[in-house]
Amino acid sequence: MYDVDINGKILKADAEPGTPLLWVLRDTLGMTGTKYGCGIAQCGACTVLVDGQATRSCQLPIEAVEQSKITTIEAIEQDEIGRKVVEAWVAAQVPQCGYCQSGQVMAATALLKETPRPTDADISDAMSNLCRCGTYNAIAAAVRRAAA
Amino acid sequence: MNALTPFDLDAATQLPAPDGVSNLSRRRFLGVAAGALVLGVALPTGKAMAQAEGAGAIAPKPGTRVPAFLEIRPDGTVKLLSPFIEGGQGINTALAQIVGEELDVTPERFVVECAPPGPDYALVNGLRLTGGSFSTRSSYAAMRRLGATAREMLIRAAAAKLKVQDGELATEDGKVVHAASSRSIGYGELAGEALLLQPKEDVALRDPKTFRYIRQPVARLDVRDKSTGRAIYAIDQKVEGMLYAAVQHAAAFGTEPKALLNEADVKAMPGVHSVHLLPGAIAVTADTWWRACKAVEALKADWSTPAAQGVDTVSAGFSSEAMLAALKASADPGLPSETEGDADAAFAKAAKVIEADYDAPYLAHAQLEPPSSIARMNADGTLDLWVPNQMPELFQMIAGQTAGLTPDKVKIHSPLLGGFFGRHFMYGPANPFPQAILLAKATGRPVKVLWSREEEFLNDAIRPLSFSRFRAALDGAGNPTAIDVRTVGEGPIGRWFGAIFKAPVDSSAVEGIVEKPYAIPNRKMAFAKLPHPVTIAFWRSVGHSMNDFFYESFLDEIAAAGNNDPYALRLALLKDKPRHLTLLKTVAELSGGWTRGPYEVDGVKRARGVALASPFGSETATIAEASIEDGAARVHRLWIAIDPGSIVNPAIVKAQVESAAALGLSSALFEQVVYKDGVRQQKNYDSYKILARDHMPEVHVAIVESGAPMGGIGEPGLPGVPPAVANALAALTGERIRSLPIAKAKLSGV
Repeated sequence: MYDVDINGKILKADAEPGTPLLWVLRDTLGMTGTKYGCGIAQCGACTVLVDGQATRSCQLPIEAVEQSKITTIEAIEQDEIGRKVVEAWVAAQVPQCGYCQSGQVMAATALLKETPRPTDADISDAMSNLCRCGTYNAIAAAVRRAAA
Repeated sequence: MNALTPFDLDAATQLPAPDGVSNLSRRRFLGVAAGALVLGVALPTGKAMAQAEGAGAIAPKPGTRVPAFLEIRPDGTVKLLSPFIEGGQGINTALAQIVGEELDVTPERFVVECAPPGPDYALVNGLRLTGGSFSTRSSYAAMRRLGATAREMLIRAAAAKLKVQDGELATEDGKVVHAASSRSIGYGELAGEALLLQPKEDVALRDPKTFRYIRQPVARLDVRDKSTGRAIYAIDQKVEGMLYAAVQHAAAFGTEPKALLNEADVKAMPGVHSVHLLPGAIAVTADTWWRACKAVEALKADWSTPAAQGVDTVSAGFSSEAMLAALKASADPGLPSETEGDADAAFAKAAKVIEADYDAPYLAHAQLEPPSSIARMNADGTLDLWVPNQMPELFQMIAGQTAGLTPDKVKIHSPLLGGFFGRHFMYGPANPFPQAILLAKATGRPVKVLWSREEEFLNDAIRPLSFSRFRAALDGAGNPTAIDVRTVGEGPIGRWFGAIFKAPVDSSAVEGIVEKPYAIPNRKMAFAKLPHPVTIAFWRSVGHSMNDFFYESFLDEIAAAGNNDPYALRLALLKDKPRHLTLLKTVAELSGGWTRGPYEVDGVKRARGVALASPFGSETATIAEASIEDGAARVHRLWIAIDPGSIVNPAIVKAQVESAAALGLSSALFEQVVYKDGVRQQKNYDSYKILARDHMPEVHVAIVESGAPMGGIGEPGLPGVPPAVANALAALTGERIRSLPIAKAKLSGV
């Protein structure tokens, strides 16, 4: 049993050591906004914030985050920058199938927390999550809009 | 699925004349629906059919029964039950625009859900499917009429309530208004009575000149939920008491597990409920998916063995290379797929003949949502199935067969799709839902089966590896006089719909090679069927996804052989095709005027390629700008002009064209599923590379509305991209890419 700080609440999770945070969130705690895409930290659909840093939760064992504050997409609008990112995503009409977008919004929020006025190169470096619908240009436009 | 339906689509897809739908097309499309409307409309959705049929009634004409589609709620919001499945293409928003336009309700007050199985929703020429870029074009006329019919019923209900004549009433965004007495009633208040009225058969439609929602860039209905993690996909569904299941499929496709070797050990693992043998797979159920996954990875079985060699099964020796060699070596003369003029005579007197072989690999869908399904066997003998699918009625039927139930005992829930691109048709062993049904029956509990990403890459149905051999005859002036194309292989329509559509030549294998618009007078195209042993699939733009690459690349070879500029040659060959000519000139203008290059940008050489395609009732012209970086292709900009005849939402059209272009570029540059020693070599995104942000080019889209019958949108942006890129690279290097993906080729720096 682990105590984890998720979105400002301490939650108890019954899981074996080594269980990825992703599956604790989705199955143990029932928070399905964070998505499973690849399981090998390639696609970024599972991105959450760990102490404010964008982190791929599918390769993050639960025991590694006992002392950390986790923010998931479910609480993103409670964050001032996260809310701006969501509004920019809506205004730029970014999502198509939408499946990767939880992770994209988390990555963008982390980027803007660290770099409030990102250059195109900053966006390129930070926004490495895959999108099979190819919404990359709309994502970049939304990040620039959220930064403005 | 361009030519999946052998019926006449025109009646359903033609835009109305400015003064409304013509009587002819209305009658053709609505047919003799009056009886069904009378019977159906007074009965609650669902039961209506069974009860009505007992009296020898006429089956409902698809798309006509208002209560099967619309629920107008007391708060004035409208729930629309959609015949189609939303997977990113924006169909829910488009339907809200079309119905809302005629019903007079702003699209943002619509809630759109996928309808359950039922004959009302068979809008694609008597079939129900989400694919072939058919959704909007097949339902546009019916959905307009449905909205108008419902609005007229609301007006009549209001007239009775207000004790005035129908003609004194107007509507205003969800209200019926009596201007003379300044009274109004919301649709929500009227709906109960209105939907009991007998619908009128020939209500007037809005004059398109007064459209407020159709042809506008109306905001998508689903973007906020999809930007905040609230959108629920199949993988997110939960059912009380549900077990999670993970599976491990046969390493050698087609082999079976004979016995489990360490069942007791695996059963003792944390959270494990049970272990199972399934057709072609072994499975573990547990209280979380991760626990099921760890357990099934540990589970060992004794498996049957595959054949040693050959390409008629996925043998131990099967490989992509062997399959391609078999396609190339086929001596089957095949059947003609297009014949015009006398190609043999033209070749006999040609000044020059050129030949080239083209091939393209197996491709995975690689949609970001791994496939899952939940099955629940209910106490009353029914089955609930939550299943990603593109054909609810077909899934209902096959699910019933799997469960030993008649289809009416199977309730299909069709959630949002986390990308599809053709992934969620009925593909036999590539669908997880039969496993969910078998496990639910075996455990007596609801079961969610989820395939890991690795299981998905190893078991996805795949775009067929494809091969065509091209020959062209040129006259002394360098103009093409004949083209001869031999295609060998198999297409997904023949594999999955062959029983329904018995065309001798599989259109999904030759589309993009036949029916090209160019004035090459003598044509001889043939198709020889050679089945693949693997599970083949529809993949965004289907046969066009490789065939337009083949044909449009070869057309550049023809241009080169005749010392012609590829753009100028296309202009010349299209001189009697005004629609194509307009589109080609439009894309050239969009790109700042045709220039092939090479030219330098920041000290690096770039060049451009052009390609046309005629996919899914639409026309496209594409220009790509590319350079070479460290021996690899880099695409900087894409310009795409699309003529779908007419459109519903320009913002969604542009987004879909850009999305299709990204997938086309991804397939051109990187993607391939490679079989070696009977096993797929790509198991995840690390080995199956797809387009990431660092290779996404600028995409500029121009929409041309020629007024031709409405064409598709979801797929047509794709096929022009691979050839435009390959043609640009040829302009840079002088070398021709005839085998995809481009990443296999070592490009010479320039």
